[in-house]
Amino acid sequence: MTVTPTDTTSFMPDPDERGRFGEFGGRFVPETLVPACAELEAAFVEAWADAAFTQEFHELLRTYAGRPCPVTVCSRLSSQLGFRVLLKREDLNHTGSHKINNVLGQALLAKRMGKKRLVAETGAGQHGVASATAAALMGMDCVVYMGEVDIKRQALNVFRMRLLGAEVRSAMSGSRTLKDAVNEAMRDWVATVATTHYCLGSVMGPHPYPWMVREFHRVIGDEARAQCAELLDGEVPDYVVACVGGGSNAAGIFSGFADTRARLVGVEPAGGAAIGRAVPGVVHGSKSYLMQDEFGQVQEAHSVSAGLDYPGVGPEHAHLAQIGRARYESVTDAEVLDAFELLSHTEGIIPALEPAHGLAWMVKAKDELAGSTVLLNMSGRGDKDVAQVQAILDGDPEALSTMRP
Amino acid sequence: MLLPYVTGGYPVDEWPRLIEGFAAAGADAIEIGIPFSDPVMDGPTIQEASSIALAHGSNPTMVLDRVAEADVHIPLIAMTYYNIAYRMGHNRFADRLVQAGIGGAILPDLPLEEVDDWAAEADRAGVATVMLAAPTADDDRLVRVATRARGFVYGVGLVGITGERAELAASATEIAGRLKAITDKPVVVGLGISNPEQAAEVSQIADGVVVASAIIRRMLEGGSVDDAIGFVARLRAALDEV
Ligand SMILES: Cc1ncc(COP(=O)(O)O)c(C=O)c1O
Repeated sequence: MTVTPTDTTSFMPDPDERGRFGEFGGRFVPETLVPACAELEAAFVEAWADAAFTQEFHELLRTYAGRPCPVTVCSRLSSQLGFRVLLKREDLNHTGSHKINNVLGQALLAKRMGKKRLVAETGAGQHGVASATAAALMGMDCVVYMGEVDIKRQALNVFRMRLLGAEVRSAMSGSRTLKDAVNEAMRDWVATVATTHYCLGSVMGPHPYPWMVREFHRVIGDEARAQCAELLDGEVPDYVVACVGGGSNAAGIFSGFADTRARLVGVEPAGGAAIGRAVPGVVHGSKSYLMQDEFGQVQEAHSVSAGLDYPGVGPEHAHLAQIGRARYESVTDAEVLDAFELLSHTEGIIPALEPAHGLAWMVKAKDELAGSTVLLNMSGRGDKDVAQVQAILDGDPEALSTMRP
Repeated sequence: MLLPYVTGGYPVDEWPRLIEGFAAAGADAIEIGIPFSDPVMDGPTIQEASSIALAHGSNPTMVLDRVAEADVHIPLIAMTYYNIAYRMGHNRFADRLVQAGIGGAILPDLPLEEVDDWAAEADRAGVATVMLAAPTADDDRLVRVATRARGFVYGVGLVGITGERAELAASATEIAGRLKAITDKPVVVGLGISNPEQAAEVSQIADGVVVASAIIRRMLEGGSVDDAIGFVARLRAALDEV
């Protein structure tokens, strides 16, 4: 196998002082929020360099979230597909997805900054559940904004958030999905910025969020790098694959492999492929690729997966796509449902619909992948999705209407 | 100074009539909103007007074409979100504003650190980039914002989004006073100014007020274009007393 020498300069360095990854990123927020973003940046820089903070963070990840999570070798699936499949098991974390990493980091930081209230947006509800969990753990108030459409298709997570003591507020405008939940969370933050921390759930938004959220998730890539080295005799996988909504689980796992020969592949839903369309735009605080019409009106994404139903993408992914360090592919809802069933049957692992996108691409690309080793970030478990998938498979018209060709 | 606000595209067919009507009712300048799909600085009232306008096909080109036809002799200022300008291209957007007879632009999600590229094109085309100055900024930042501002400085009257408030926020007169102390440019306060009394109170310190949600809400609740114009006349009368 040809190995390009690993150089030590990462392809995923910190953003510049204006929060740019190449030409993407920045801080496009109302004046009211600029001081809060600057304060957050300073607090993060200081905390991230403070051993006491990082120790407390890693201790929580270990004793509360259950890290490190394993890498599982999928023997049956590997022989069926013709390449070696490894899964990074973020689905085994407390609360069921990778989202807990970022939330524990931000909640600790918010506490350090003296903020007593968290607001968050959520699509699938995983980030909302993780935020509600961290708020309960640290004795903070928590308000989660969620699109009305998502409240319906992720009813289980809505109940979990309420059980955890969070208030779930329905976002009624626009497409009533993740994009509108972000709008509502930002409007809340504009009005409550003195007391409230906006616990943003992905590598998006104004600087320092895309960078800070990636840093809180880099534990995924760091662990996986060491685990793969052990499994692969010091080698790295040929491919590292992750689904991309905003792009946090992808940024986390990519950051462990950006300086290696591993090919990085992000998988978007066909109905929400911001990078696939590659039109730059500015919304929710940063410049990135954005699904929009000819006038710049943001378009509504459509995906069976509430967690990927977002028309934008984190700015660092736009940059990685532009410089060619990562590539981005898309899959349809039908392909995702097949992959969802495939992993359940062959490995006894019910994936969330989001990481099922990664697997769906792997199935589609099996000729290209033949003989290689592929690490997929299993970003979450499928418990939250089984009712929706059951309804789709039963042919329920309302559930079917969440699918797009 | 009185600066009432019009949403480009709401009420759907009649909105251009508001421009001439507001001018006749004594507006000193008019803010023309170009609807955007994701208006994060706006509360429910402006959101609703924007989404009705968008649902009926409002777009920046259409809005600017209609504004160009308006027969008014007071300054017009566009208010929209940055992606509208970015998508069209800074130079084209600036030129289109000039062609429409619009002399200024307010882009509430384009703060000081990000404004230079746009502002350079706006300066070239002769469009005044009005900067927002927020109560959360320290004095050093207010000075830098005011220095970059063209036309006037827009003092953000409260920590929050647009929408009516029963009581005038203390921050409205505070930000006016802080800005008057550091700049010679006109200071106009907007956000949360809901009735003639509040407009008059802010105008004791500020050089002008923007009134938006209070006007739009009257029409969303079934009031006519003439009712909205009548309300602007009442605002005018209150300011004339100051
Ligand atoms: C399991 C899981 N994976 C992925 C995502 C998408 O987020 P991101 O692209 O930031 O990883 C979500 C979002 O809800 C999720 O729940």
